[in-house]
Amino acid sequence: MEMEKENKRETVNRLKQDLLRWQGVTLPEVNTTERVGLGPVEEAFPNAVFPTFGVHEFISMSREDSAATSGFIGGLVSRLTVGDGVCLWISTSQLLFPPSIRAFGVVPDRVVFVDIAKERDVLWATEEALKCTGLTTVVAELQEMDFVQSRRLQLAVEKSQVTGLILRCNPRVIGSTACVARWRIRPLPSLLDDGLPGVGFPRWETELLKVRNGNPGCWQLEWSQGRFVPVLPAKQSREWSTQLKRIS
Amino acid sequence: MEKRFASIWFPYLTTDRHTIRQPELRNTPFVLSTPVHGRMVIMEANAAAEVQGVSRGMVVADAKACLPDLKVADASVELAERLLKVLGLWCIRYTPVVAVDPPDGLILDISGCPHLWRSEELYLKEIVNKLRKRGFHARMAIAGTIGAAWAVARFGNHPIEDSGRETDALLSLPAAALRLEPVIVDRLYKLGLRTVGSFIHMPPSVLRRRFGEDLPLRLRQALGRDDEPILPLRPVPPYVERLPCLEPVRTATSIEIAIDKLLEALCKRLSGEGKGLRIATLKCHRVDGKTVQVGITTSRATASVPHLAKLFALKVPHIEPALGIELFVLEASKVEDSDPVQEALWGGVPGLEDTALSELIDRLKGRTGIRAIYRYLPDEHHWPERSFKEASSITEKPSTLWKSDRPRPTRLLASPEPIEVTAPIPDYPPMLFRHKGETHTIKKADGPERIEREWWMDIGEHRDYYYVEDDKGRRYWLYRSGHYGDDRPQRWFLHGFFA
Repeated sequence: MEMEKENKRETVNRLKQDLLRWQGVTLPEVNTTERVGLGPVEEAFPNAVFPTFGVHEFISMSREDSAATSGFIGGLVSRLTVGDGVCLWISTSQLLFPPSIRAFGVVPDRVVFVDIAKERDVLWATEEALKCTGLTTVVAELQEMDFVQSRRLQLAVEKSQVTGLILRCNPRVIGSTACVARWRIRPLPSLLDDGLPGVGFPRWETELLKVRNGNPGCWQLEWSQGRFVPVLPAKQSREWSTQLKRIS
Repeated sequence: MEKRFASIWFPYLTTDRHTIRQPELRNTPFVLSTPVHGRMVIMEANAAAEVQGVSRGMVVADAKACLPDLKVADASVELAERLLKVLGLWCIRYTPVVAVDPPDGLILDISGCPHLWRSEELYLKEIVNKLRKRGFHARMAIAGTIGAAWAVARFGNHPIEDSGRETDALLSLPAAALRLEPVIVDRLYKLGLRTVGSFIHMPPSVLRRRFGEDLPLRLRQALGRDDEPILPLRPVPPYVERLPCLEPVRTATSIEIAIDKLLEALCKRLSGEGKGLRIATLKCHRVDGKTVQVGITTSRATASVPHLAKLFALKVPHIEPALGIELFVLEASKVEDSDPVQEALWGGVPGLEDTALSELIDRLKGRTGIRAIYRYLPDEHHWPERSFKEASSITEKPSTLWKSDRPRPTRLLASPEPIEVTAPIPDYPPMLFRHKGETHTIKKADGPERIEREWWMDIGEHRDYYYVEDDKGRRYWLYRSGHYGDDRPQRWFLHGFFA
């Protein structure tokens, strides 16, 4: 009986993998890729691996959101550019404060900033950068991006194996894109131990609005001690504590 | 290729010339003089005169007092110049790059030449013997830098110094070996700093303050830390390629073909010489007599045809052919030595030195609409806007550490935005603030962190920064400008957004 169940599960898993392959998703092997340290969030991706060779889209509707998203992207970049890797940060605004990303584990002098006058040139520069094999990550601050443009970026990435992170501030239209994932990062009130003054570690509501071949979801993450720490939702933690009480 | 330089010193340049013309002067004391402040001063004395105690700088009357049969002739400045030039041109048989080093020397860039005479020693002997046969006293030295070769030729004992051993060679030489102004040499001498070794290890800032910019510069040049350009007598042919067209050319494709051909020819020459171009201009001479030109720059010396062709391809739309282009001229106006790139055997993560990255940066720079490309390094200032500075090159290393001990916002506004604040005095964080019509109730706060202006750079109020979080979890960086005053309202600003 048990054997049968086991066999069935294996078959289902294999079929799932086959489906993904037939859909044109190239799956990195779990053991060979380094995790980006997103914890439970990574489970949402196909095969539970963060798609490194893809374009990720981050939507932010306010300046506060884009600040939170910059921090989150910083955390990702620090994991993606291990060692001597270089990151290219393309924008029209130059709002990012370079010394601040040190707190998210990125060495600011390993980031090359490209200041561009017009949005249209940002897309061109992003595509050129994503084709370049001398980089590990490209962050681009954009407002609008349509399906065709996003597909061009995604195609560039698949060849060069660079990670593209597109930060879209106040987009007017959020249409469908060819990106592997669409994120939304919003700040959440930080939590401190009782009675301590000051502001706690940055905490975000991390929402995966769309994932290609994966399951969207919403998580709470905190950046502390140089890594993403998943935060249990308040309700759940309360349940835990009541359960604990019941046990004891 | 390792750089090697030779310096030739002619201690009796003009007197030797007179001796060649009048062989009877060979063993008689003989000087050349010129009027200075109404007196005849000796400009140069020959070897026989020097043995008798007559030297440069003496007054002729004094010299005659001790040497009654001294022969005197008029000195001429042009003669020395002309002689050096002639000798320099003669030296071109030993190396293509020869420069005149007034008043009495020559500098030869002999990199890659001495092996034709089997060794540097034989090379040196050959030149000195040939000069001696022609009647010129000459001292020659070979070293890794111009400065060291100059010093050793005039003051040293071993005429050949290996590259990298400049420091040892200079240690025991007098301060005058550094090609300094006589005033500075005198001052060094007065202070007891008689040999180069007595001050070579002093910090450059100290030397600069007491002896001017020249001394540290000459030291760096002699030790090979600074480049020293020389002006060759026969200039190296410029890196120019020409492509005349049989028929005037009008289409973008044909212009691209022309660029490819020119680049191939130019890059072949460049890579043969171990060089790469940094700046290149393409001049298109049109049928109507006008010239259009486009230029490219690269962030590192390169001689790669496909990369340069890509850079020019971005510029092709800016070339207006009008009725047609009949002549293309490609000129590399700035050329540098290119280091052969070490191909990484083990893939690894590409770093800042990666060629693909510098090629990408060149392409981005070539496009109009791209304002600038920066890399930032930490700077030693607390003032947030000055806490980082632009790096001068893609590979410059930071000299200090990035600080992350204080909270800093991920997004910093270029100009702080004024806000209305309710805050208990004196130093408590605000309770709420209003910005763009929205009221934010502050739940948590950190601060104040006072950051003073640097009075030697600008004047104004200090800032008291607070890191605050509002009821919705949004985090801001606010500051109050200056102290609480009696009569004036406090000015509060929003300066950034935290992650």
